[in-house]
Amino acid sequence: MNTLNLAGSARALTKTFQSATTVHALRGVDLDICDGEMTMLVGPSGCGKTTLLCVIAGLLEKTAGDVQMLGQRVADQSARERVAFRRQHVGFVFQQFNLLPALTAAENVAVPLIAAGRKRAAAVKQGMALLARLGMAERAGALPKELSGGQQQRVALARAVIHQPSLIICDEPTSALDAVTGQQVMQLLTEVSMREDRAVVVVTHDSRIFGFADTIAHMEDGRVERVVPHGAPARRAVPQA
Amino acid sequence: MHFIALRMLTGDRAKYLGLISTIAFASFLLANQVSIFAGIIKRTASQIVDVVDADLWVMDPATEYIDEVKPLKETDLLRVRGVVDVAWAVRLFKSLPRITAPDGRLRQAILLGLDDATLIGAPHGKLRLGRLEDLREPDAILIDYAGYRYFWPDGELTLDRTLEMNDRRVKIVGIVDASAPFATFPVVFSRYSQAVLFVGRERNQMSFVLAKAAAGVESAALAERISQTTGLTALTGDAWAWRTMQYYLQNTGIPVNFGITIGIALIVGIVVMGQTFYLFTIENLKQIGALKAIGVADRTLVGMILLQALTVGVIGYSIGMGICATFFEITKHNLPTRGLVLLPEAFIGVAGVVFAIVIVASLLSIRRVLVLEPALVFRG
Repeated sequence: MNTLNLAGSARALTKTFQSATTVHALRGVDLDICDGEMTMLVGPSGCGKTTLLCVIAGLLEKTAGDVQMLGQRVADQSARERVAFRRQHVGFVFQQFNLLPALTAAENVAVPLIAAGRKRAAAVKQGMALLARLGMAERAGALPKELSGGQQQRVALARAVIHQPSLIICDEPTSALDAVTGQQVMQLLTEVSMREDRAVVVVTHDSRIFGFADTIAHMEDGRVERVVPHGAPARRAVPQA
Repeated sequence: MHFIALRMLTGDRAKYLGLISTIAFASFLLANQVSIFAGIIKRTASQIVDVVDADLWVMDPATEYIDEVKPLKETDLLRVRGVVDVAWAVRLFKSLPRITAPDGRLRQAILLGLDDATLIGAPHGKLRLGRLEDLREPDAILIDYAGYRYFWPDGELTLDRTLEMNDRRVKIVGIVDASAPFATFPVVFSRYSQAVLFVGRERNQMSFVLAKAAAGVESAALAERISQTTGLTALTGDAWAWRTMQYYLQNTGIPVNFGITIGIALIVGIVVMGQTFYLFTIENLKQIGALKAIGVADRTLVGMILLQALTVGVIGYSIGMGICATFFEITKHNLPTRGLVLLPEAFIGVAGVVFAIVIVASLLSIRRVLVLEPALVFRG
């Protein structure tokens, strides 16, 4: 039985894209996301995982239904409110890392702090400290092109958590990495992001990392078909922050 | 976020340098062509500008500009002198005789005949060698430095050399730095009584009357009074110079030619910078999308784009104007291009134009960023 707090929920959530043809990306999604848990969204390509992730994170507006995250009706907010919501409460880990190529690793990590108005020097210093925690102190001054894929994903991970968000959104965090590096990144994700007051949502195709999930939501054709408690067996072996 | 914007800009070295080169090129071309255009047009009035001791120019109403003069009658001088508040009025003769050097070099010249008694209209303060008073000697002339160098390109400046002006011998008693004329003819000064002898005699000889307003009398008002009283055209020096310049602006292809070049500079600036800057933005869309997703506001992103564009603009403009200033610094010592300088007005005006180019070029990029969906970063 889940004794954790509810970080957010989606009820009868639909999302339709209007272009040359109408695409029903979400067709009535019901999902609960809990604090202190890693929820994985899995399913075939085009089933609506990323769309659901975007609506939950306040990147896309809903078409119908209800979404509450961290006590806010995100999908009903204005664009400006959603920007502020993302800045304050959400950390992102992207599939392609999306680091700024002209910035060093430490500067990339510091971007969310700088976006929130922190002075550059203080933010970069904090970024360097976090990278040191991730074992990348010596690479803090390197540009992304000088880093390996695993190192870049670690920088992206640090960027996602540096501003202490309550929700971390990960889109295929291991798909660009080999199996060993993928496992290392997931362990690191667990170490730095899992907290009782924080929810982590991961979209993935990579069944090798399912062991890190507390809950796996199986999606198909724009719906959550079933939600399976998974117990995060792989995580039990690593110390949590 | 400013440092992020600047690092993104300088991180793409090729585009960064391309953008700066474009603005530098456009700035140089604009300032250079505008300054040369203004300098050339100003040359059309150089003989007017060089007359510093008279307030007013009086001429026949049929005279439209200084290079095409209908002579006045001798009595017109007396009529002008008779107008209230005219302190003095003197003759001025202008013609285009032919000058031949002893070695056979030949050139058309601008001859200005100055009032015999007062030498009013002489290029005061511009004498490089000799004395103004020596114009009173027989056959004496002053010649401008460029004209002198045409006949004697090398060696020291020497007085008492002789030339032939329309089959009459003349002697150089002074060399002056007259303002460069529109047509690069030598400028020659002599006494009025002598100048009229150098050219074929006509019934009327006097080209202009130069007049001075009495103390405390406003020149423009006096010009109006002379016109009303005599039926002649009377203008202040400035008004006459402007009328002459307008004639050339309206009746020659100079503005069109320079206008085309200036237009090309504008088009190159806007199109090339706009295109390059837009490509730069497009190539950074993923990163910009990531920033949007992270929570960077549109307003901040627009500020970043404008900062990038303005940085390129300021650096490019500075380089362009530096090249332009160097160009004029080098060419000002050449006789054909003397007097052509980088105008302060061009300096300021081009800054405004570059600012406009930068803003226009940024608009496409700004629009692209504003419509960018941050969810784009989740698409592989």
